[in-house]
Amino acid sequence: MTATTDTTVVSAALVNTVLSALATVRDPELDEPITTLGFVASCAVSSEGRAVVRLRLPTYFCAPNFAFLMVADAYDAVTAVAGITSAEVILEDHFASDAINQGVAAQGGFVKSFDGEAVAELGDLRAQFLRKAVMAGTDQVCRPLLNAGVTPAELRALTLGAVPATPEMSRLRQRRTELGLPAADDAPLLIDPLTGARVDEAQVPLHLRKARVTRAGIEANTSICSGMLRVRYPGEGMG
Amino acid sequence: MYEKDGEKYFIVDSHMHYWNAAPSNWVKGAEQYAKGWIECFHAYQSLGPQETHWPIEKFMAYTEDDLMKDVFEDGYVDIAVFQPTYLKEWYAEGFNTTERNAALGEKHPGMFIANTRFDPRDGDNGLDELRRNVERYGSKGLKLYTAEWNNGSRGYKLSDPMTYRFLEKAQELGIKNIHVHKGPTIWPLDKDAFDVSDVDHAATDFPELNFIVEHVGLPRIEDFCFMATQEPNVYAGLSVVIGGLMHARPKFFAKVMGELMFWVGEDKMTFGSDYGIWEPKWQIEGFVDWQMPDDDELSDYAKLTTATKKKILGLNAARLYDIKVPEECQLPTVPSAREAQDAAQLVTES
Repeated sequence: MTATTDTTVVSAALVNTVLSALATVRDPELDEPITTLGFVASCAVSSEGRAVVRLRLPTYFCAPNFAFLMVADAYDAVTAVAGITSAEVILEDHFASDAINQGVAAQGGFVKSFDGEAVAELGDLRAQFLRKAVMAGTDQVCRPLLNAGVTPAELRALTLGAVPATPEMSRLRQRRTELGLPAADDAPLLIDPLTGARVDEAQVPLHLRKARVTRAGIEANTSICSGMLRVRYPGEGMG
Repeated sequence: MYEKDGEKYFIVDSHMHYWNAAPSNWVKGAEQYAKGWIECFHAYQSLGPQETHWPIEKFMAYTEDDLMKDVFEDGYVDIAVFQPTYLKEWYAEGFNTTERNAALGEKHPGMFIANTRFDPRDGDNGLDELRRNVERYGSKGLKLYTAEWNNGSRGYKLSDPMTYRFLEKAQELGIKNIHVHKGPTIWPLDKDAFDVSDVDHAATDFPELNFIVEHVGLPRIEDFCFMATQEPNVYAGLSVVIGGLMHARPKFFAKVMGELMFWVGEDKMTFGSDYGIWEPKWQIEGFVDWQMPDDDELSDYAKLTTATKKKILGLNAARLYDIKVPEECQLPTVPSAREAQDAAQLVTES
């Protein structure tokens, strides 16, 4: 940790670029950038281009699998920034801080970082929550349309290209792309998030209800997490 | 009993605790976990109204007098159900054991129901302990933590054969209600602690038992809702939902309640204060006053009737635990759970 002492800011622009890179890292469970969630406690860059990023979470016991993904993703995002020669990403105040920080620094993967405690890497977990994000995003896109009088049957007939290009729409496309699901203009709006197939007509009401409850669950969870974080760390965080 | 606008509400607090997290109870070498755990709980308390927050010292070790005052004297509760939480790897005498709860309960006859627990990984010894606890404390319910560690095991599932052995035994001993912790948790490393599909299997195979999913499976409420729709013996335990959202995040509380009313229905939701995380008083007063807001975004969610609130605050749990409800608090007739039927129909038709 001695390297953390010489991280004087050499360039506000470089710090901002690093923060922008961190804004591409999401909490997989909440589907929001770690920057807007307030998880970035500090970010500094030394004169040699060494970045030190400190992350923080709402509780001491936040799920270590998600925590690991965020620290690892942050490490990857920061090291990819031009001008950054090396990066240290430190998760603070967490029961598994040491295992996660050392595991990510050693690029060892989750199983190796939790030797004897974990048997599977986290790709499936990430995909599972991305599918939830797709369902929640479906509600975000469809609800205004339903409120405007579009019927469920009409929604089923819509393609992505026929839906107004809102921020919610581009977010949904992005999540679908990450999962390898159809995301082009001619792709159906309503798809099974596992197979990518257009939802059957009879399934449309259930699909929309599931999209809605998924969104409610993620939003409720996010609201609890942000409340807990604010109690633990009164400051805003960076980014 | 709580009375408001001439209506009388019989209150069953179906999920509460009497813990000891004082530093003197921390296991040597595991102090950081014991401390981290109680601090984490304490942070949850801050989601309630400011005037109900406690200093951490009180929070670690509230007294019997505190509990009796907060829950019964000020808190309107008629019957409280103790849910044990052991955590003996961190707390020397346990965090909140069956024995500790029952010792308090025995001093106040008729006010508490002492649930117990099992851990299927304890094998034959665990079966013996379960029998002893049920016989000694008259437990009718269990609280299970499927994510808990035990001797190198990182959790279990309700659907595991070893668990079925315990559920069979529990049923034979007269246990009716299985409260399963599916919510905010620790150490979900590889076993997926939030996954509720194991409850689905167990609920199907043990139709005479009731499964109350505490904290409604947050953060995976959708999986829980979908499962509960299909299983008549699965209930939604509202601990954390009311305490964590109603005051701090009213908009999301409305959405979650709307979803639960639709998928699970008013006959299968039970109030639990999660005391000492949150005091019951403000939760009960606030919930009785609460209504689904007149908001476009929430317009197709059901409004709550007085009968709905009476069921959720006590009548549903009274049914589960065979608690006699005074005539003045009962409902004149039992309306059907139309919303839940709609949800069930949606699933069946598709």
